[in-house]
Amino acid sequence: MTNQEIIEKLNGVFSDVFDEEIVVTPQTTASDIEDWDSLTHITLISEVEDAFNVKFSMKEVMGMQNVGEMIDIIQKRI
Amino acid sequence: MTDLTFKQLKKQFKDSTLASQYRLAVMGDCATQHLSTAIGGYGAAIGLGLEIFDADYNQINALVLDEHSELYAFKPDAVLLQMCTQKLYERFCENPLESRAAFAETVFAQIKTTWQRIGEKITVLQCNFPLLDDGVFGQFGNKTADSFLFQQRKLNYLLMQGCQEAKNAYLVDLDALQSRLGQGQFFDARLYYIAKMPIRMEALPEAAKCVVDMIQAIRGSVKKCVVLDLDNTLWGGVIGDDGLSGIQIGELGTGHAFSDFQEWLKQLKNRGILLTVCSKNEEATAKEPFEKHPEMVLRPEDFSMFVANWENKAANIRRIQQTLNIGMDSMVFLDDNPFERNLVQGLIPEITVPALPEDPALYLEYLRGLDLFETASYSAEDVHRTDQYRTQANRTVFESSFQSYDDYLANLQMKATVAPFDKFHYPRIAQLTQRSNQFNLRTVRYTEAEVEALAKDDSHIGLYFTLKDRFGDYGLISVVILDKQPGDVLFISEWLMSCRVLKRGMEEFIADKILSLAAEQGFRKVIGEYLATPKNAMVKDLYERMGFTRVGENRFEAEPMHYRYHKNHITEE
Repeated sequence: MTNQEIIEKLNGVFSDVFDEEIVVTPQTTASDIEDWDSLTHITLISEVEDAFNVKFSMKEVMGMQNVGEMIDIIQKRI
Repeated sequence: MTDLTFKQLKKQFKDSTLASQYRLAVMGDCATQHLSTAIGGYGAAIGLGLEIFDADYNQINALVLDEHSELYAFKPDAVLLQMCTQKLYERFCENPLESRAAFAETVFAQIKTTWQRIGEKITVLQCNFPLLDDGVFGQFGNKTADSFLFQQRKLNYLLMQGCQEAKNAYLVDLDALQSRLGQGQFFDARLYYIAKMPIRMEALPEAAKCVVDMIQAIRGSVKKCVVLDLDNTLWGGVIGDDGLSGIQIGELGTGHAFSDFQEWLKQLKNRGILLTVCSKNEEATAKEPFEKHPEMVLRPEDFSMFVANWENKAANIRRIQQTLNIGMDSMVFLDDNPFERNLVQGLIPEITVPALPEDPALYLEYLRGLDLFETASYSAEDVHRTDQYRTQANRTVFESSFQSYDDYLANLQMKATVAPFDKFHYPRIAQLTQRSNQFNLRTVRYTEAEVEALAKDDSHIGLYFTLKDRFGDYGLISVVILDKQPGDVLFISEWLMSCRVLKRGMEEFIADKILSLAAEQGFRKVIGEYLATPKNAMVKDLYERMGFTRVGENRFEAEPMHYRYHKNHITEE
């Protein structure tokens, strides 16, 4: 899967979780999306895990600084 | 079991346009927001509008102890308390070794204090503690009171005991849920460390269902009757083709699954759930196995009604419902045939029709998992319910032998009692207020604790009525609550009656009793009110029929001075 393919899939997951049309880039962070608080983060992680059939470690979940880092981890696992 | 995911529940809750029917405060020593959302969503999915107050993290004591807190300002109907096992374990570890054997008792005492602080007027839904075996003692932990395993199990047991005494407290059995799902499917250590969530996302809908099922039972929405198909549902094979010796039932082979299934139904019946049969068969053929088969678990007397003919099942179920006089939404239809299930569900949307698995071996596990038979009360009368409904059938036969209905009533030898609320009857009174939907003038639900409080309050008069006749005892069948209001007015704040005793003169007997009591105690006026619900249309003109005068859209008055008492075939004992 290319990074672009991952981003497209993530767009779907993000749009679903935040219930609005969202286009992410590797630079997107929680502060860019209004409803992205610590609680929605949990929902988001769980949905991303399901969508890509991967599991993030505790450290990864807490350490992700932006969507780019999320993509890197996904890329390593699939 | 629910197929809904957390994401769907979240959306359901957000998009719900249901009016609020129940106010729930959620508090925990862990993160409860996701659980709250799931509960709200599950409520919305089944048509229950929930208003939820989700307390901030770990605020139980602060909110409960301060009478001016947001908790009480919210005016909850119920408070859900979720204390997680992980936090419990932290506390356990902080305890010095020598006091660990008393750990469960100490924690239980604190939880009980919390319940008491919340007060009897608010229902408490207490989550128990899903098992966490720390493995420190291995299996020997079962043999020593110093282990966490021992203390945690003991605490869950103490909570069960405590709920029996605290009438307003009910347990949400998360431990049972965890053992059904498996620990790995219930708990996700990452989520706990990251967000202090003690239940993983995938299990949240199930946990929400546990909570909402309990709330529904407390609100009076319970299942009362199971309608059963016979061939390949209660036994293997087709009685009409295979004959008595050919059907599968009993210890051997596949018959064992059906025997266990029947045994479960029998246990439900013993708890007060009515069993009925609706089968496409000749009646004599259908009844034969219950009468003659040596290994049949269910017997003819276990059924309140037995309908076997070739009409369509929806029509037959309507007949059962009308005869037993219970709500269609309190009925469950079990049939192995998907065609029959679809037909019935299509024609009767209110009835519950579980999609039984194809393999009869899985019937029981599937049905147990659905948890259809939640209840918020249990009383001695439940045990005799089937007998009462059967006696009803005998009365119907007796009735047809009389010239007039009046004649029939005169020969029934009806005897009624009336008494103020007493301790012995609190459970049954609360149960009736929770279950009666049709003959119920204001549909106010009371918990046992509320009934007790009312009985002790001088500004109310609580009365219950019993009735028996030559065929049997109906038991406690009606509840009346009267409020003493200024200006010598007696307001009927609740009047409900079991539909089993309709049209026997009991309505008149009760109305007369209210008026004679008002006269004795010097009240000038009795006021009744009818609050319409989707189910109580049968009593919308009750007060007028009893001789009250309509004074408002739903208000009625009678004056003891001018009230005309009714002629009646019921004698007071």
